[in-house]
Amino acid sequence: MTAIAAKNVWKEYGDRVVLERVSLDIAPHSFVALVGPSGCGKTTFLRMLLSQETPSRGKLLIDGEPLPREPTPDRGVVFQRYSVFPHLTVLDNVLLGFDFAHSRFLGRLIGRARKTAAEDAHRLLEEVGLTHALRQFPAELSGGMQQRLALAQALMRKPRVLLLDEPFGALDPGIRADIHVLMQRLWHETRMTVVMVTHDLSEAFRLATRVIAFERPNVTAEAHRFGASITYDIPVHRQQVTGDATLA
Amino acid sequence: MRLINRTPNRATGLLLTAAPFVLVLVIYLVFSNQRLAENPDDKLLPAFATMFATIKRMASEPDLRTGDYLLWLDTQASLTRLAAALAISTTLAFAVGIGIGLIPYLGRIFGQFVAVLSMIPPLTILPIIFITVGLGETAKITLIVIGTAPALIRDMALRVEELPAEQIIKAQTLGASTWQIILRIIVPQMLPRLIDSLRLALGSAWLFLISTEAIASQEGLGYRIFLVRRYFAMDVILPYVAWITVLAFLSDRLLRWVQIAAFPWFDQARKR
Repeated sequence: MTAIAAKNVWKEYGDRVVLERVSLDIAPHSFVALVGPSGCGKTTFLRMLLSQETPSRGKLLIDGEPLPREPTPDRGVVFQRYSVFPHLTVLDNVLLGFDFAHSRFLGRLIGRARKTAAEDAHRLLEEVGLTHALRQFPAELSGGMQQRLALAQALMRKPRVLLLDEPFGALDPGIRADIHVLMQRLWHETRMTVVMVTHDLSEAFRLATRVIAFERPNVTAEAHRFGASITYDIPVHRQQVTGDATLA
Repeated sequence: MRLINRTPNRATGLLLTAAPFVLVLVIYLVFSNQRLAENPDDKLLPAFATMFATIKRMASEPDLRTGDYLLWLDTQASLTRLAAALAISTTLAFAVGIGIGLIPYLGRIFGQFVAVLSMIPPLTILPIIFITVGLGETAKITLIVIGTAPALIRDMALRVEELPAEQIIKAQTLGASTWQIILRIIVPQMLPRLIDSLRLALGSAWLFLISTEAIASQEGLGYRIFLVRRYFAMDVILPYVAWITVLAFLSDRLLRWVQIAAFPWFDQARKR
């Protein structure tokens, strides 16, 4: 149960302003969708939450503490592409988080510890429906399976916040609908706070409890001097609890 | 139909592939026969039978003066030098290249330095090598290392930088330290790429090997062809050139095979 706060955050590259005056409070266990046209800085904002980039001005807080200056395991991520490691099998991809946590020098668990971890990984892979592909490499999987693997991999470290950068953007509509159901169930079970960037409005409203739109002001003179900021902040009310058994 | 859309069938394809090889052989035969008809002692374009007899003698009969089987002695000497030098080069390339490509501080220290080093024509350093480490095996191996390592290092650094930034970020969100990222993410993904670079470096490695053997050596494939050049012994030189080509070709194929067998995921990922 983790809250995120942005306090008057700006992001500038040289004299080009990407984001300005972004202030935002995200309640614990919310599912926030960031939407907006291409180049509106929604991905930049996500990268700042990931510590891949730092704000030029302002503060980002997680549970009231300033964000660490580099990515940490309490914030998991799924990208649109390159989220899983091509040289590792499905099982090894999911075990990776465990390997890193428990084997400082080898970076790889061996023997009994690995077996126990593999059971956990197996449970998680069952949840995302990949147990039939344990020994396959990502290149042998479809796009949808790769993203489900990426989700399982990210969840293995039990992050408090899950950041999603257009995770389902490249998927076919049918597969996307399936993975939406999965995503909601995982969100409900894990009690994570989720922030998702998407350019698909219907996806945003289907999954999120809150939709936030970024937009640049409509100026033509010296447009680069004006960054995008939040223009809409829409709470989404649901009649039933998301992730309820009826959905799955 | 457009030329770009026409493809030969299997039989025609094989024929076309064989054509240039056959053509070269035929041209050689024609000119060789012509010269030998005019002068049976001609040394420039020896008959295949002569070359075969010569190389068979060098492979199966001990040399009158030294008692060595010259072809195998030369092959062993050359391949040993090549293997030792490339082992050093690839180890260097791996360690330094990954450092430069992954760790900004190391990149700043060594990046430009290696870029400048790689511009020095290695043969110009050869006299320096001979003066400092003498004419022995060390000198030969040093030249090949100096000739191949800088390019391999730069290549490795570039390929590390080419890895999607997402992978490195993702590893960090899974809690990886720098060391763990090197060990589990970078090294296993760089090994098959190193084989690619090594295949490309083989050409220049042979070049430097032959050069140094030509200048200072007592045995080796390059030494032999430059030695017998004095006697216009084309019946030795031509088969030796063919043999070196076969060795280079086989080592290239071997590396490719290792790449496919040891890193099945690499080819799959590349095809997508």
